[in-house]
Parts: sequence; structure tokens; C-alpha cells
Amino acid sequence: MPAMLRDWRLAAGGGVLLGLIVLAVFAPWIAPHDPLDQDLMAATLPPAGFAGADPAHWLGTDDLGRDVLSRLIYGARVALMVAVPAAAAAALVGTLLGLVAGYFGGWVDVIVSRLVEIWMAFPAVLLAILIVAILGSGVVSVIIAIAIIDWTRFARVIRADTMAQSEADYVTAARTLGFGRWTILLSEILPNVLPGLLALIALEMGIAIVVEAILSFVGLSVSSDAATWGGMIASGRQIIYQAWWVFAAPLAAVFISVLALNQLGDGLRRALDPIMRQ
Amino acid sequence: MTDALLAVRSLSVVSSRREGGPILRAVSLTVAPGEVHGVVGESGAGKSTVGRAVLGMLPRTMQVTAGAISLSGTELLTLDAARRRRLLGAHVALIPQDPLSALNPSRRIEAQLTDGMRMWQGASAREARRRALAMLEEVQMHDPERVMRCYPHELSGGMRQRVLIAAAFMLRPKLVIADEPTTALDVTVQRQVLRLIRDLQTRHRTGAILITHDLGVVAQICDDVSLLYAGRVLEQRRTAELLGEPQHPYARALLRATPRYDRPDQGLQPIPDAVMAACRSEIAHVDQQLDQQFDRASHG
Repeated sequence: MPAMLRDWRLAAGGGVLLGLIVLAVFAPWIAPHDPLDQDLMAATLPPAGFAGADPAHWLGTDDLGRDVLSRLIYGARVALMVAVPAAAAAALVGTLLGLVAGYFGGWVDVIVSRLVEIWMAFPAVLLAILIVAILGSGVVSVIIAIAIIDWTRFARVIRADTMAQSEADYVTAARTLGFGRWTILLSEILPNVLPGLLALIALEMGIAIVVEAILSFVGLSVSSDAATWGGMIASGRQIIYQAWWVFAAPLAAVFISVLALNQLGDGLRRALDPIMRQ
Repeated sequence: MTDALLAVRSLSVVSSRREGGPILRAVSLTVAPGEVHGVVGESGAGKSTVGRAVLGMLPRTMQVTAGAISLSGTELLTLDAARRRRLLGAHVALIPQDPLSALNPSRRIEAQLTDGMRMWQGASAREARRRALAMLEEVQMHDPERVMRCYPHELSGGMRQRVLIAAAFMLRPKLVIADEPTTALDVTVQRQVLRLIRDLQTRHRTGAILITHDLGVVAQICDDVSLLYAGRVLEQRRTAELLGEPQHPYARALLRATPRYDRPDQGLQPIPDAVMAACRSEIAHVDQQLDQQFDRASHG
């Protein structure tokens, strides 16, 4: 494993993810202020280093005088609370359908493939908004919406990987040995599509963070006064000329997280491939 | 032959994908215990289909239309799927062509060697492990303990092929089907691998079908040969006879087109067009006869 960390993508991506997890878990201890604490006397204070900054608020305050840094840290909670289960749920559904379609082929494959095509014809974000609108806002609805939309990403990749693996002689060998189809699928093929799957899960977590931010932006995620990156972007947009940092800080948080998760996914794929497929 | 281990009788296979003739037409062959039957032919002749039909693993697009396959007297084609799976799983092993893809890249050698024994003989992990170690020694693997812990990518091509041979003989099968077992290996390793298969198979009285396009391989280890062309058996005899004095013009032409290290001055001769034309017309003739037989059988 130490050899894997020599890849900067893995090190950087994993590092940022680890940092996010620490921030999310220990938010109450790490955040310098209560994210909901308003102080209208200290509204729209600029970040440290700019004229008129208050050293107590490193990243300044928003229009209600809430500490931007603290809200960012608490926002990481919501981001991960959505990203991890959403990516896991999408991966579970997509992988199962992809495996079955890729290995069994025939009408199963036809049905799954057509479903994927139909799904992909929907504009993803609008579909998410529709689903959340129907289910009611809240973290669980957002998770369900993301899983419903993004299982296709997994199904497509895993189906193709499974088809490629099914052609390999080791599958034929397992069949001549008399293994059942599900045994072959789960214990022979699944381990070999795992590297691709892990990489996709990392990517999907990045996507889930963006979707959660978008849903927060349109006010459909968690309650609107809770600290979320998307919510912060939405309120920051309204005062962008008076206090650009309220808009820029959460945007940077989304950007860095997604970039890191993409690098992590890419790094995982590279690191696991030579071992698995040499 | 009554003591045949495997008997394939007038096997015909058609593909729903391919226009034109059947993949196999009236192919018959027998394998006796302890003997190697070579199936030779150019690519597309249907060699691999013979092996796959015996294993009951034809692709979805292919169907057996006529003929019978029996293993130790048990008719395979009429057996229900579950019983056939059990019979084949326990008694017939495959040595695949490509040692690179024939081992699961994400499982250790030990797990892959012991699968079959644990499934078919209910062996404990320790028993299966002991047998796997013994088998690896039998295929002359150095340090079997280490090999057991390896993943396939940690082994060389020749080692992987020997692992596959060990895997094939793990269950002491009655019949081994080797599909181009040496094609992916370089020439020096080829000889070792062939000798190994021959040794194991003689020692354990295992019958074998060896599918190859290489007459050199046939000369080294086969007792009998079937020469396939376009899904038909053109000539079927003892190896020495066929290689010594081939009867069929195609067989003679094929021999002349094979490199011979003992007579480098001869060079290689392409198979003459006339021979190929003769082959095709002969096949058409045989087909016609078969069709007539079939008509008589179905009308009379």
C-alpha cells in the first residue's frame, strides 16, 4: 500500500477526502463559531487580510453576521452525509444491474440497456429537482434523488467491464468446473470489476456534492437556515457586490472537494489496474 | 471401439449467425483412456467447436443438430442440465489456450486450484491444499508453497500454463480437453508443457483431446489424429500413419506447408489452389450424400 501513495493523485485526493471527513465529524470542536450565530453588528466582514477584517472571522462573515468558515465546516457535514450514501446507493443499484446485464446478456441486457438510454435522456438536474419536489425536501430525498438519477453511470461502466471479463478464459474454466452463474458472477467476475467500481464511487461522490449544492441553491435540500455549501452560494449570490467572499468561499469548497474526489478516482483506477490486469 | 472413454458420433453443429454451411458436419471420433486424440485444422475448421460441444459449452448461437456424445457410456446430449454439469465438472477438465486470461487475476493460485475439489468432492480446505501442493510438484513447479500464495500476475507465462495443467488434473479427470495449450507460449516452453501433459495423462490413464493447428505438436504427443477442414473430418488415423503417408491430398499439402527443422532445405510450400478446390468439391459431394441419407431416413 505505501507504494500506492507515491501517486500524487491518490495522496492529494485521499488527503482532501480524509480532511473533509475529519471536518464533518468534528465540526463542533473545529469550527470557531456557531454556524447559526447571527451578529448583525458584524455583518459582511471581509476575510482576514483585507481592510476592516476581524481576526476572529478568518473568512469573514455573511450578511447576517454568521461566520463563513464555521458555516463551511458544518457544510462539509451535509455534503458528506449526502455524498457517501448517495454514491453507495447509486453504486449498489447500478453495479447489480450492470453485472446482470453484462453477464447474462439476452433480454436482460436489452431491458437494462434501454432503461439506461431512457434515463440518460432526462436532464439530470431537472429530474433531481422533480424527484425532491415529489418526495419533499430533506437530506434523505436528496440521497434518493441522486441514486435514482446516477445509477446509470455505474450500470454502463460495470456492464461493459463485465462483458469484457466474461470473455476471459477463467470464466470458461469456472464454467467447465460446473460453477453456477451467480457464483461465477459474484466470486469470479465482481472482484475484477472492483477497481473500476471504486474509481467510479469516488467520482460519484464528487458529482453528488455538486448535485446537493445545486439542490441547496434552489432551496430543495436541507432546511434553508442550516449551513450547506449550496445554500451559502445561493445567499452569497445576492450580495456578491457587497461581500464576494460569501459567494466565493463555498464555491471554492465545492471546487476543491470535487477536484480531489476526481483525482482520487483516477488515482485508484491507475493504482489498482496494473495489479489486477497485468 | 468398445472401450472408448469418449465417443463422438456423427456430430453436427450449426450456427444461427453464420450463413452457409454448418460449423461441424458428421464429426466422429473416439478417445481411449490414456490416449491423446489430436484435432487439427486451420482456423475456422471447427476444432474448438468439437471441444466446446463435448463440454456442453457451445455459444448461445450454436446448436447441435445431430449426433451423440458419450462419456464412459453415458449419453451427454440427452442428460438433463444439472446432471450433465455434475458429470462434466467432476470428470472432464479443460486446459485453455491463453494462460494469461485463464486464471482469475484477482484470486490467489491456492483458491483457484482448490475450488473444484471443495465443490465436487466436499474436500476440506486442508485436504484440497495438500492435493494442490502435490499437484504443483507433479507439474515440476519450484517452491509450490510460494506459488500457492501468488496472484497470477506474479507468475511467468510458462508457470501459469503449468498451474493450469495442475488445475486440470486436480480432480483426477477421466478426460482432458486441451484447446491450443501451447499456442501462447514460446517454443522452448511449448515442449516442456507438452511433455508434461503427456506424462500426467499417461500416468493417470487420462484420455485427452488436443486441439491444435500445429502438426509439430501433433507429432510430439498425439496417438490419433483427426484432420478437420470446414467442419468435416477429412482424414482420421494413427498419428504416425497420417504423418508418414498422408492419404488425403489436403493432408499431404498441409504437411508440405509445415516447417521442418530436420529438412530446412525444403522450404515451405503453400497449399496449391487445386487441392483447395478439390477439397471444396469433395465436401460438396459428401454433403450431398449426407443429405440423401438424411432424406431417405426421414422419408422411409
